[in-house]
Amino acid sequence: MRRALQWCTVAMVLAFATGPLFSQVVTSLRPDRALGGGETPFAWSLANYRGALEGRALGRSLLNSIAVAGATTMLCLGIGSLAAFALAKLRFRGKGLWLGGALAISMFPAIATVSPLYLVIRALGLRDTLGALVLSYVTFALPLSLFLLTRFFREIPDAIYEAARVDGCTPLQAWWHVGLPLAAPGIASTAILVFIFAYNEFLYALTFTSSPEMRTVPVAISLFASNRVEPWGEIAAASVMAAVPLVLVAIVFQRRIVTALTQGAVKD
Amino acid sequence: MQRARTEHTEKAWAAIMMAPAVLVLAAVALYPTLASIWLSFHRLILVFHEQRFVGFENYAFLVKDARFFGALGHTAYFTVLSVTAELVLGLGLALFLQAGPPARTLLRAAILVPWAIPTVVSARMWAWFFTQQGDGLLAALGARDIAWLGTPGYAMHAAILVDVWKTTPFVALLLLTGLVGIPPAIYDAAAIDGASRLRTLFRITLPLVRPVFVVTALLRALDAFRVFDVVYVLTEGGPANTTETLSVYAYKTMMRAGDFGYGSALSVMTFICVLFLAAGYFAWARWEENR
Repeated sequence: MRRALQWCTVAMVLAFATGPLFSQVVTSLRPDRALGGGETPFAWSLANYRGALEGRALGRSLLNSIAVAGATTMLCLGIGSLAAFALAKLRFRGKGLWLGGALAISMFPAIATVSPLYLVIRALGLRDTLGALVLSYVTFALPLSLFLLTRFFREIPDAIYEAARVDGCTPLQAWWHVGLPLAAPGIASTAILVFIFAYNEFLYALTFTSSPEMRTVPVAISLFASNRVEPWGEIAAASVMAAVPLVLVAIVFQRRIVTALTQGAVKD
Repeated sequence: MQRARTEHTEKAWAAIMMAPAVLVLAAVALYPTLASIWLSFHRLILVFHEQRFVGFENYAFLVKDARFFGALGHTAYFTVLSVTAELVLGLGLALFLQAGPPARTLLRAAILVPWAIPTVVSARMWAWFFTQQGDGLLAALGARDIAWLGTPGYAMHAAILVDVWKTTPFVALLLLTGLVGIPPAIYDAAAIDGASRLRTLFRITLPLVRPVFVVTALLRALDAFRVFDVVYVLTEGGPANTTETLSVYAYKTMMRAGDFGYGSALSVMTFICVLFLAAGYFAWARWEENR
C-alpha cells in the first residue's frame, strides 16, 4: 500500500516535470494541419523542424547562443579562477569583503544595469554584436564563477599549496600547477553552470541585439511569430531544439550541477 | 623576517591575481549601476538627442504614477505567491526524495528538466497550453473556455504557474541538501524516545532545516522580484497591464518609449526594493542569532 502510494507520487512528479517537454516534442512532429483538427492522429513529419531551421534561421541563433555562452564561460573561468585561487589560498586581509562584494553584485537586478550598459555599448560601437552580449553576461557570470570556484579551491588542503610555495612556485605557478588540476572537477561543474545561465539569458540579448543574424536562441524564440497566426508547430520544433541539448547536459552532469548549485546557495 | 616577506609578496600576488576580475566587475556591473542612479536624475531621450539634468523630476513623477504602483503591486504579488508555492511544493518534494522513494535516480534527473529549459522556451511551451481551447491539458482540468493569457486575473496566475513549474525542482534540491545535513543520530534518538513520525517532522526536521529554508526563500525572492522573461514572453505585461512587473515596465519605458531617464528611475526603484529585501533578511538573521 505504502509502496503503491510512493509509485503514484513518483509517476505524478515525473509527469509534472517532463510532461510539458514531451507534449512539445509531440506537437513539433505533427504536420500543421493536424494541430487544429486532429483528422489523422498518427501523421507526423519533420516539416516543422525544416521550417524552423530554414525559414527562420534558428541554426544561426543556436550557433550564436553557443558562441556567446562558450566565450562567457571561458572568460569568466579564466579571470575568475585566478581571483578565486587568490581568495581561497593566499594570505591577505579583507577576503570576506571582496567575496561579499561579488555576491552583492550578483544580486543587482539586471534591469538596473541595462540603460547605462546600452549607452556604453552604443558608444563603443558594439551594438548588435555578440561581443556586447559577452560583455554584459560577465555581470552575472563572473560573480557566480568567483563564488563557486573559491569554494572548490578551498577544498584543496593548505599543506599542498604551502609545499608548492616552499618548492619555489610563485602563487601564479601554484594556481596553474596545483590549483587548476586539483580543482578540475569543481571547475567543470562551474563551467557547466555558467554555460547554462549564459545560454538562458534573455533581457540583455533582447536589448543589445537587433538584427536577426545576431539573435540568440531565447530572443529568436520569443520573436517567433508570423503576422497572421502563431506558428505553433515551428515554435514547438524550435523549443525542442533549444531545450534538448541543455536537458541532456543537465541529466548527464546531474551530480555536478546539483553539487555546484547547492554549494553556491546553502553552505553559508 | 622571512615570514613577513612572504606575506608581503603574497599580498602583492593576490592584488595581481584579483585585478582582472575586480576591474572587469567594476566596469560592467558597478559602474553601470551607479550610472543608472545618475541617469535617473536626467531627462534622456535618445531619439531626440536630448539629455539634461532635471534633479528629482523623474522621482516626483514616479510617486504619482499609478502605473508604477500597479507594477510594484504585480511584482510583489508574483513574488509572494510564486515563492510560497515553490517553497511548499519544494519542501514536499525534498521530504519525498529524502524518504528514499523508488526510482530515485530517475526522479532526480527528471526534476532537473524544467530547471534546464531556458525560461523563454518554457514560457513559450506553456503559452501553447494556455491558448489551446479545444483539447489539451488545461481543458481536461476544466479550464476549457478561459483565455488564460488574455483575461485579467488569469494571466498573472499563468505566469506564476510557469515560474513554479520551472523553479520548484531547484528549491527542492536546495532543501534536500539541508535535510541530508541533519545528523542521523538525532532521528535515532527520536525513534528511541518513541516520537511519532509527525512529531519528528515538526519537532526535528522542520526546525533543523529552517536555516537552509530561509536562505532559499531569500534567494528565490530576490530572483522573483526581478522577474522579466516569463512575463515578457507570455503577455508582455498585458492584458491591460495587469501582469506588468517593475522590470517589464522599466524595459518598455527605456526600449519602447525611448525614455532612458524615467526608465532608469524605475530600475533604481527595483534595485532599492531588492536591497530592502536583502537588508530585511540580514536584520532578521542577526536578530535570530542574538535571540
